[in-house]
Amino acid sequence: MSNPTVANNTVEIVVNGEPRLVADGATVEMFLTAHEIDPDTVVVEANGVILPRDRFGVTALSAGDTLEVVHFVGGG
Amino acid sequence: MTEATTTQSMPSDAVADLPTGWQLGGRTFRSRLIIGSGKYDSPETMVRCLEASGAEVITVAVRRVKLDASDEASLLHYLDPDKVLILPNTAGCYSADDAIRVARLGRAAGLSDFIKLEVIGDERTLYPDVEGLVAATRTLVDEGFTVLPYTNDDVVIARRLEEAGAAAVMPLASPIGSGLGVTNPLNIQFILEAVSVPVIVDAGVGTASDAAVAMELGVDGILMNTAIATADDPVLMATAMRHAVEAGRLAFEAGRMPRRQWASASSPTEGRVGD
Repeated sequence: MSNPTVANNTVEIVVNGEPRLVADGATVEMFLTAHEIDPDTVVVEANGVILPRDRFGVTALSAGDTLEVVHFVGGG
Repeated sequence: MTEATTTQSMPSDAVADLPTGWQLGGRTFRSRLIIGSGKYDSPETMVRCLEASGAEVITVAVRRVKLDASDEASLLHYLDPDKVLILPNTAGCYSADDAIRVARLGRAAGLSDFIKLEVIGDERTLYPDVEGLVAATRTLVDEGFTVLPYTNDDVVIARRLEEAGAAAVMPLASPIGSGLGVTNPLNIQFILEAVSVPVIVDAGVGTASDAAVAMELGVDGILMNTAIATADDPVLMATAMRHAVEAGRLAFEAGRMPRRQWASASSPTEGRVGD
């Protein structure tokens, strides 16, 4: 994770256990929006640490980052 | 003969006569029925069952978002956190560490500190790993969670969970999703005698009579999912469960008559015609 920078090349990250290509420097919020995910309905763990929602827009992704993006589904 | 001039009006709604509320994790609830949100054919049916059940707490699971199927809406689109306590669970976790991680993710949604803690120890029975359960309870209580652990019907473990700071203990009636009802009422009674936190029967209830039986034992509440969600008519079953839980609680508070071996006539034995 780093501060947002101008995106100019693509890096590989791991999201929910699967490799994904994102623009280097894209923020978590940009990643969610690109996948039509409403940031208000998910919780994100970045490199093993829960990312507060107000950090989604200022946390940039870099090569090798690991994200868990979870939400509430039906369960007993 | 004349018609009686005064009539005693019957209570129109027995529900209104229920004692006001019970405490769970510092909150007051009226309904003693907690339902799960899994296994429904649609979120709309789930919402209708929630309304029919009168439940004020509903459990949800924490799962990965499917990145390539974003039409799969979060349950938060269907549930109003101001009207119902959304209770995340740690279902599917087989270690204390996994359960703690999922509990933290659930709390990060920002709705409450409540967690339904499951640490599963066996895939076929879905019985809890009680060692991991007690350890995870301790850790999560230290982190400020209100921990509601799903446990087996073992009085010793129930006491350990209370000592670890659990806000309630939630023994199973029978295996999750089995619908076998309360298979060991004696064990539930032992737990009721042993702990002072609320006792919530979690899992195993199959139909309304099972719920009434559990409530008549004196448990504080029942958590169920499959019995409602997989009934032929889930909304009707949700209604039945609401009544069963209320009836069972009222019967418990009323105090049942003693069981006796021989008949005892209800009508006077004196003054019979022809005597």
